[in-house]
Amino acid sequence: MKYEPVIGLEVHAELLTKSKMFCGCEVVDSITAQPNRTICPVCTGQPGSLPVLNRKAVELAVRVGLALGCEIHTESIFARKNYFYPDLPKGYQISQYDQPLATDGKIQIETEAGPKEVRIRRVHLEEDTGKLSHADGYSFIDYNRSGVPLLEIVTEPDMRSPEEVKAYATRLHAILRYLEVNSGDMEKGVIRFEANVSVRAAGSDQLNTRTEIKNLNSFRALTLGTEYEIKRQSEIYERGGTVEQETLGFNDATGKTYSQRGKESAHDYRYFPEPDLPPLVLEQSWIDTIRESLPELPEAKARRFIEKYELKPQEARLLTSEKALADYFEDVASKSKSPAKTVSSWIAGEFMRYLNDLSLDVTKIPFPAEDFARLIDMVTDKSLSGNSGKVVLGEMFRNGGKPEEIVKARNLAQVSDEGFIQEAIAKVLSDNPREVEQYLAGKETLLQWFMGQVARATKGKADPTVARELLVKLLEERRR
Amino acid sequence: METFELGVQETHELLASRKVSSEELTRAYLERIQKLDPQIKSYVTVSEELALEQARDADRRLKTGEGLTPLTGIPYAAKDSLSTRGLRTTCSSKILENYKPFYDCTAIRKLKSTGAVLLGKNNMDEFGMGSSTENSGFFTTRNPWNPDHVPGGSSGGSAAAVAAGLAPFTLGEDTGGSVRMPASFCGVTGLKTTYGRVSRYGLLPLVSSFDTIGPMARSAYDVALVLEAIAGHDPKDSTSRMEAIQPYSEILKKTENLRGLRIGIPKEYFVAGLDPEMDASLRAAIRQLESLGAHAVEVSLPHTQYAIPVYYLILFAEASSNLAKYDGVRFGLSERDGEGLLDVYLKTREAGFGAETKRRIMLGTFALSAGYYDAYYLKAQKVRTLIRQDFEKVFQACDALITPVAPTTAFRIGEKVTNPLDMYLSDVFVVAVNLAGIPALSVPCGFSNGLPIGMQIMGPHLSEEMLLRIGYVYQNQTDWHTKRPPCWND
Repeated sequence: MKYEPVIGLEVHAELLTKSKMFCGCEVVDSITAQPNRTICPVCTGQPGSLPVLNRKAVELAVRVGLALGCEIHTESIFARKNYFYPDLPKGYQISQYDQPLATDGKIQIETEAGPKEVRIRRVHLEEDTGKLSHADGYSFIDYNRSGVPLLEIVTEPDMRSPEEVKAYATRLHAILRYLEVNSGDMEKGVIRFEANVSVRAAGSDQLNTRTEIKNLNSFRALTLGTEYEIKRQSEIYERGGTVEQETLGFNDATGKTYSQRGKESAHDYRYFPEPDLPPLVLEQSWIDTIRESLPELPEAKARRFIEKYELKPQEARLLTSEKALADYFEDVASKSKSPAKTVSSWIAGEFMRYLNDLSLDVTKIPFPAEDFARLIDMVTDKSLSGNSGKVVLGEMFRNGGKPEEIVKARNLAQVSDEGFIQEAIAKVLSDNPREVEQYLAGKETLLQWFMGQVARATKGKADPTVARELLVKLLEERRR
Repeated sequence: METFELGVQETHELLASRKVSSEELTRAYLERIQKLDPQIKSYVTVSEELALEQARDADRRLKTGEGLTPLTGIPYAAKDSLSTRGLRTTCSSKILENYKPFYDCTAIRKLKSTGAVLLGKNNMDEFGMGSSTENSGFFTTRNPWNPDHVPGGSSGGSAAAVAAGLAPFTLGEDTGGSVRMPASFCGVTGLKTTYGRVSRYGLLPLVSSFDTIGPMARSAYDVALVLEAIAGHDPKDSTSRMEAIQPYSEILKKTENLRGLRIGIPKEYFVAGLDPEMDASLRAAIRQLESLGAHAVEVSLPHTQYAIPVYYLILFAEASSNLAKYDGVRFGLSERDGEGLLDVYLKTREAGFGAETKRRIMLGTFALSAGYYDAYYLKAQKVRTLIRQDFEKVFQACDALITPVAPTTAFRIGEKVTNPLDMYLSDVFVVAVNLAGIPALSVPCGFSNGLPIGMQIMGPHLSEEMLLRIGYVYQNQTDWHTKRPPCWND
């Protein structure tokens, strides 16, 4: 039988606020900061301490809600989610339950079958927990992260493959970065995924028992975890078995899911409205102000790039995958005399390759956009060959420097002077009489080989169009 | 006359005229505590060194006259649920027996800044769960009027300390009568403040939606002086009220009568079974108020009978969550000789919590559980709204309500402790006030068999000023609040 997965995603994203959700403690890098450096009575749950809501966290949450097309509720309620765990200092987490901040949004993703909408069920605010570590028979708790504002974004079970899940996750990641509400540093755990997975006979509209996979902390884990779980469940059905409702963990090393707790030991969180916080009431005018301040989002930006700059859809999507990259493209394009399409292929090609090779962030390019624009223009107006252009770009990445100076220092300027090129060709032809003979005998594929020899002889400076014309002309002359 | 016999205002005059120093005064109180408190047992902790240090600081202020307030140099004590930095704060629970907070409760911080001198912390029912202090994890406080009787609860230690001359004023905390009931049992004046009028920051919570800190003293005037110092908005408490506080004591000085005041007598609070002497005392008090210009009308609060079940349901639910943090991980008792994490939780809570606390945690956990939430917690909240609306309606017909504080005077130690339901019912006249979040003042208005009777004066939200005016004018005309228990001269 053919099976179809039904997948919904819960995403926890840390919000980029200066201070924590319910106290004034500074938010610090939870990987590098000294443990328990930014803690206070509130975020360590000292008896008698009380939460005070961080306005900025609400603002960022509203930004996300609006960007996802959600309805923002002018009144929402904080609730206590009660459970015992040492990383949860109060014995409950302040979250939102039956009256969340935002509901009913959507994200458009690209699939093989074309664009698809994933519905967002809800977006709500909650606080992060502390971090546990274990060593030498002891357990340690770091409360630096305790009380950091988190946004939980929950989809409807709309995804039908791990690829769709990945497309959704990367799109959401891009949107959060565009909105400047999250650092996007996956390796620091600022975005964490939980996937709800079930499978059913392909084409059915029945919803089968689902499992929840926790601790999916990278796109890779998300893909592997859902893939594994789909396979596991399909095999159970194939054998005629039943899938148990349970909570699963994911092991990054083995790529497998494992049972954490079954249905019978599922938590009853005993939610009730948080009495220490009054209902969160928002002014519609404040929401409107935030709406007006929203940046252009990846989808709209890609559409504009396609229309305005005539980019290929794939290139437009690549360039808009990160706001900084899109901004960089527009910056270089505005400074260059070359067509935007040309700038786009430079950035999507050679530039991105260097960026990846050198693990550089697009905001930390070691040369100004003007220099890159002039380099592209030199290639466009043929004063530099495409190959030399790549060499110069590499040099700029490695050691900085102005493109003109590099061209001069390395003597790379492209020459269209026919005399110079003709001289070089004549030498190549007289040095290789056997190849000339073969060519004249009909092996015309050797033309490319001759071009290579000419490029070598001219150190890549010969304008290839001019060189090709002259080469053909001189070879033909020898036929006579 | 000994210094301990003076109220806050008289003591302030003595200090301001430099006839006595704060240090002398503080030493006198500490000596009296040392001598008398072994019988009364109103203090869990006496902070002698800290008190003398604060007294000497106050004396420096008194000398220069700089930053002088009516409370500068005046000793006081606080219920042991108010966090005091570096000073043991136990909530009279074994689970917090050695817990020293690293920050001050806002009310304590405010008193510190006025130069008041903290003598120590008062006994209470564990985490405020009780009406007699018999649920204290340490010992039962005695009623200064008769040591065989309870002082009331849960702020029993704070009421007994004021009644026995072991502090001129104390800070109590009222979740469901915990200031008013012991004030009435011990014959002192106690104010349950409007919810949010005094910051809860640093108050170890029982029921976050009901908890209020309020002063206990020997007169309404003294209560007003303390209220001025501790009330007001606190950015650290999101439920604290924004409205400015009033110059309560100044207003009192200008008040001579109650002309034009409409007082409501809710019939549901004067029911058959009310102690006849108590009924008579309250009727007499109402007549006294009428003679001062007030106009009494009978009114009705029809949902009164639901107040007890609604109050306790919400209490169980919130308390079960508020007490979750006592898990042996970060502070307080920690039993670590078990097998693993679960054992730390189980053994710590088993050893640390008393029977009543465990009972309430279990009931609350149940009431919040999936499938029961709607029937219990949610239903209780809906009825709570009806009770609140009762008060809103009745305050259109009158300005204040007069009722008894408790159905009886102080009961005997051991009389109710074996029957939790009977104990819960002793809160019948006080809990509706907490459900509505309104303020209420308890003032002494008579005696029955040598035990004090209290009158409860309720008003709408933020009507502390009016309640204190009624109490003040009443106390100007009567001497119930000046009666002293037999141990006074010990």
